[in-house]
Amino acid sequence: MSDTSAVRPDVAPRPPIPEAAAPRGLRARLRGPLRPIGGGLALLRESTVAMIGAGLVGFWVVVALLAPWLAPFDPNAQFVPFAPPGAPHPEGGTFLLGADHLGRDILSRVIWGSRTVLFYAPVATGCAFAVGIVMGLLAGYKRGWVDDVLSRLSDIILSFPILVLYVVIISTFGASGINIVLAVTFASAPGIMRIVRGLVLDLRNRDYVAAAQTRGESTAWIMFVEILPNARGPLIVDACLRLGYTIITIGVLGFLGLGLPPPDPDWGGMVNQTRSMATFAPHMTIFPVIAISSLVLGFNLLADGIREISLKD
Amino acid sequence: MLVFLGKRLAFMALTMLAVSILLFLLLEVNGDAVAVKVLGPYTTQEQRALWLTANGYDRPLHVRYAEWLGDILRGDFGQSIRFRVPVSEVLWPRLANTAILGAVTFGVMIPLALVLGVLAGMREGSRLDRSISVGSIVTTSIPEFASAVLVTFLFVFWLGWLPGTSSMNDGFAWRELVLPVTVLVLYGFGYIARMTRASMAEVMQTPYIRTAILKGLPYRQVILRHALRNALIAPFTVIMLQINWLLSGVIVVEFFFAYKGFGALLLEASLNQDIYLIQACAMVAVFVAVATQTIADIGYTYLNPRIRFA
Amino acid sequence: MQDHATHEAPPGVRAVPDAEPVLEVAGLAVSYVTRAGEIPAVVDFDLTIRAGESVALVGESGCGKSTVANAVMRYMGRNGRIAAGAMRFKGRDMLAMSPDELRRLRGNEIAMVYQEPFAALNPSLTVGRQLSEVPAVHHGLSEAEALAKAAEILADVRLPDPERILAAYPHQLSGGQQQRVVIAMALLANPSLLLLDEPTTALDVTVEAGIVELIGEIKRKFGTAILFISHNLGLVREVCDRVAVMYSGEVVEEGAVEDVFTAMRHPYTRGLFGCIPVPAADKHARPLSAIRGQLPLPHERPRGCNFGPRCDLFHAGLCDAGPVPMRDAGDRDDAAGSSHRARCLRLDAIDPPARRRAARVAQTGAQTGDVVLEIEEMQKHYPVFDRSILAMLQGRSVRWVKANEALSFEARRGQTVAIVGESGCGKSTFAKVLMGLETATDGAIRFEGDDIAEAPVTGRPKEQVANLQMIFQNPNDTLNPSQTVGGQIARVIRKFGVERDGARIWARVYELLDLVKLPRDFAGRMPRQLSGGQKQRIGIARAFAGNPSVVVADEPVSALDVSVQAAVTQLLMDIQRDNDTTLLFISHDLSLVRYLADRVVVMYLGRIMEQGRTADVFEPPYHPYTEALLSAVPVADPSIEKTKIVLEGALPSPLDPPAGCPFATRCPRKLGPICDETRPPDHVRADGHRIACHIPLADLEAVRPVFREAPAPASAA
Repeated sequence: MSDTSAVRPDVAPRPPIPEAAAPRGLRARLRGPLRPIGGGLALLRESTVAMIGAGLVGFWVVVALLAPWLAPFDPNAQFVPFAPPGAPHPEGGTFLLGADHLGRDILSRVIWGSRTVLFYAPVATGCAFAVGIVMGLLAGYKRGWVDDVLSRLSDIILSFPILVLYVVIISTFGASGINIVLAVTFASAPGIMRIVRGLVLDLRNRDYVAAAQTRGESTAWIMFVEILPNARGPLIVDACLRLGYTIITIGVLGFLGLGLPPPDPDWGGMVNQTRSMATFAPHMTIFPVIAISSLVLGFNLLADGIREISLKD
Repeated sequence: MLVFLGKRLAFMALTMLAVSILLFLLLEVNGDAVAVKVLGPYTTQEQRALWLTANGYDRPLHVRYAEWLGDILRGDFGQSIRFRVPVSEVLWPRLANTAILGAVTFGVMIPLALVLGVLAGMREGSRLDRSISVGSIVTTSIPEFASAVLVTFLFVFWLGWLPGTSSMNDGFAWRELVLPVTVLVLYGFGYIARMTRASMAEVMQTPYIRTAILKGLPYRQVILRHALRNALIAPFTVIMLQINWLLSGVIVVEFFFAYKGFGALLLEASLNQDIYLIQACAMVAVFVAVATQTIADIGYTYLNPRIRFA
Repeated sequence: MQDHATHEAPPGVRAVPDAEPVLEVAGLAVSYVTRAGEIPAVVDFDLTIRAGESVALVGESGCGKSTVANAVMRYMGRNGRIAAGAMRFKGRDMLAMSPDELRRLRGNEIAMVYQEPFAALNPSLTVGRQLSEVPAVHHGLSEAEALAKAAEILADVRLPDPERILAAYPHQLSGGQQQRVVIAMALLANPSLLLLDEPTTALDVTVEAGIVELIGEIKRKFGTAILFISHNLGLVREVCDRVAVMYSGEVVEEGAVEDVFTAMRHPYTRGLFGCIPVPAADKHARPLSAIRGQLPLPHERPRGCNFGPRCDLFHAGLCDAGPVPMRDAGDRDDAAGSSHRARCLRLDAIDPPARRRAARVAQTGAQTGDVVLEIEEMQKHYPVFDRSILAMLQGRSVRWVKANEALSFEARRGQTVAIVGESGCGKSTFAKVLMGLETATDGAIRFEGDDIAEAPVTGRPKEQVANLQMIFQNPNDTLNPSQTVGGQIARVIRKFGVERDGARIWARVYELLDLVKLPRDFAGRMPRQLSGGQKQRIGIARAFAGNPSVVVADEPVSALDVSVQAAVTQLLMDIQRDNDTTLLFISHDLSLVRYLADRVVVMYLGRIMEQGRTADVFEPPYHPYTEALLSAVPVADPSIEKTKIVLEGALPSPLDPPAGCPFATRCPRKLGPICDETRPPDHVRADGHRIACHIPLADLEAVRPVFREAPAPASAA
């Protein structure tokens, strides 16, 4: 639903800094083959918000990657139901965050749960971007009937309340990882298309596009080489926001019982299964809630920071 | 203007038509699957075939679609499998409950978000701006089911001020509305506030605001007369589109707080494969969404003289 | 209205040195606080403006002239601050004023007019509301009184039908009308000081002429003191009494306009004058001389004289020793002469320039080459779909924009053909059709013998595409921001098959960088690391990469500062001469066209009004439109006097152009109904000089030349 927030066009004139005095951003100072990666990280240092966001996201990425080594126990093995945080584990060690109603170690489940979400969310968002970018480039660059058809189509899909769409799709085709990816692609691609289309409508009038046209470049070259790289700023911001939103979606579907089938740990599902018992064992619910919120917060802060940095230069 | 209105309404009708086809294809095209859902999974092939013939599922697709659409237009959504009553009997009261929840949410959220957004955008980069911006990022980062857990801990288990469910079994109670509204507002206001802030900040940077200041107008007048009018055009569209979001949000919140509304109904229907109820709910949801979008478009045109007097 | 009437000079009276100062600025320093630290934008700035006087601040972008204007309004954004100095308005200390005192000053006693009128007006309020709030706030008028006052002032700024304008929204007005509204808004409270910040830069030249005339009227009628900020020396001469030339945050020379413009002393001022073409002279009479080097960034300013590194008279040990003070540069004996001052330590080494005369040299432009490009009755119409009910009922839902009608002209090898006209005349549409981005509706374009009028660029043979290349207007837009400079040139070389082998492609890239006089290591740079002039040079290198026979240059230097403009223009002309390339130069700048073109095509509303050799077009007989266009060109050279013609009315819509002569609706020499009804015939003169006009040729020949030698001023004696 955040499809418009990412495209605040940078048209607002900045405070009056004399032209020649405009500080040359870090970008100008960084060169060499590693510039895109090293430069990206160095740029983040200009914004505290972006650094905090990158820290949160980075933390969960490391946790997900190292899950088999970090998780103290098997996430699906059942030991002591309702064990409180710090209770001793029968096989030695402790339930650092306690155990759930089936006696499964919550810390291990939270750690393994990060794998689920950090696998499906990027894959689904990536698919949505691949589809949305191609649609947006075609609509914005070709204009005419291609634009009409694609735009109308996306209007229709976007007119569905998004969760209603997910619920209908998942309840028809069943809950599985691949269906979640397909549903997210189907529901998000039109929004991405709109953003890309808007950017392309602006970029296609640039003189360097005309220069490419006057030397007879193909449509595909112009779309992917001349236009797309210059739209990357707002798209990176939007990708961060969308990743956060997809994580929420996966969590919500899990919470509603439409997510990945049990017993594999899934943060939303953990909340759903345990919340009725939260009166006497709040630790079962609170930790997955903190996990999902911090990860989404990370992506949102990162998006905000990147936008702030891109406006500075 | 009339032509524009006509075009918007025609487009709205067309969208609804397209959505209905989409839904029909999604849910009804495979007659056998419908039969399984209606009759249950433990029925025999013969039973299903008999049912399909009896209900006209052996006819060509377009005939079935036309009849299905006609029924829906007359308000006949079929029989709910789970509740064993006509769908419309369950649907409308639930929709009314959700309308109450939505109206209260909007009543709290919109003024809050607009005021915060305008205050933040008025002085971009100030401490107030920073705190409002970061605060709204934090609240929009917490999914509804998560914030529902948190407010329940706080107000129900710990402070004991409010009831943890909102089923309204003993008639309507404002107390039971507080938590669902709080959760919806927490998650939703940040987005509008940020849009308003961005729009306001952009307007404050424009040359015409400089003109207004350098005309010697009092700051109040610069803000109220020159800035707000332009800054609120973009959020207006967003606010109307939030109704679309609200239809998503109520599913989670109503489920969590056992509020007997439309969202919980849709969820219940889909968890129980109540196919006709799903159809009805989806059509109603899309209708509400498309209608608000049409209103948003018309309003945007009306608010923006550059389009109005093109 | 009466509150400060005593300070106003009576109408028609020129400022006298002992009139009361309206604004006194002394030792002003303004700086901006950025992440890189505090950057001084303006230092040691002195200025006194007396009632009825008009003072110009001129300089190139980044010199600090707009910063001064913002400082005078005390409006510098969050990061700007006044670091030192004093500023008094009518004797009151402006730096000590409270926000409320400032507010009562702004819009009331000091008013400002901005560069982009459309952006300066609130898009969602009617003109009436925006105007009436000024007297309502400052003089407490009721809404009705304020509106009446607004209507009155609209008539003062020569806007017809004030009632309609009051009810209109800004987007419903033309650019010239919008700027008149902004000026009206500034005049409403009858201010003592008017700040004009590049008020005509965004406007077409004939519209600009109207605004300049209006500013003159305001000076006479209201006696308002004016601070005029501009980069255009010609405008300064037409509008102002005194001038201060700024460079890199400092005033380098100041004095009366006639003194500074005839006897400029500072090397920078001289350089600036050397960079601007004069509409009465061409490249053979007076070649442009660019200033070498670049404007230093504020935090990289040299020690001593800021202009030192670019100055031919630089003297090590003297000019880089310490801050340079303003010194008297007076060349007149009378008392008033002492107001001419310059910030240069070597003034004594600089003689006042001899008065330059625009020598008339016989035309030697290339006439002999073969015809490379021949345009014959070319026509381009665009459909516009009108979806209103009325149009549907009348069956006129598709209408046609007649962007180009019956264009016929030719260009020979090695020739420079200029296409001139104001915005909306169809010159850019023509370029698009020529390049194959659009296809012609009718007629022929023969390029080296092949008709390409209806061939889109993708349908043209590769050699043809390589042979016909383009240079674009906007330096910030011409290069792809995400590709290296070298990569973009290499792509062209590879695409056109000039070279195939990787190493040889790069050798050619380096050759091209040499050609446009840029260092070879620029190949690895990204466009954002280049200045505007450098980007434009890369654009030229890219256009010449495929060895084209014809290059279309669409306003290639109009977005650049004058000193950069001269260098890029010279470069383009050199490359063209060395490669014997035909150059189609699309421009609105007649001085520049006069300077570099061999032939000129004047367009108006999609049609050619006049064409011929440059010398013929710039001398009578003129088409009345050419005459108006020429007279609208601001000329800085005080030795030239010109005819004043201000066009009335607005450009007709290209959807519905006049049936007869397209210029008939605005023509000051209109004969009568024949101009409205019948297409004018072409008067054909020698060397392909054609004028499309009903006025008999003999009458057109009798018109006085627009540019004439002025009688020598007494002061120069």
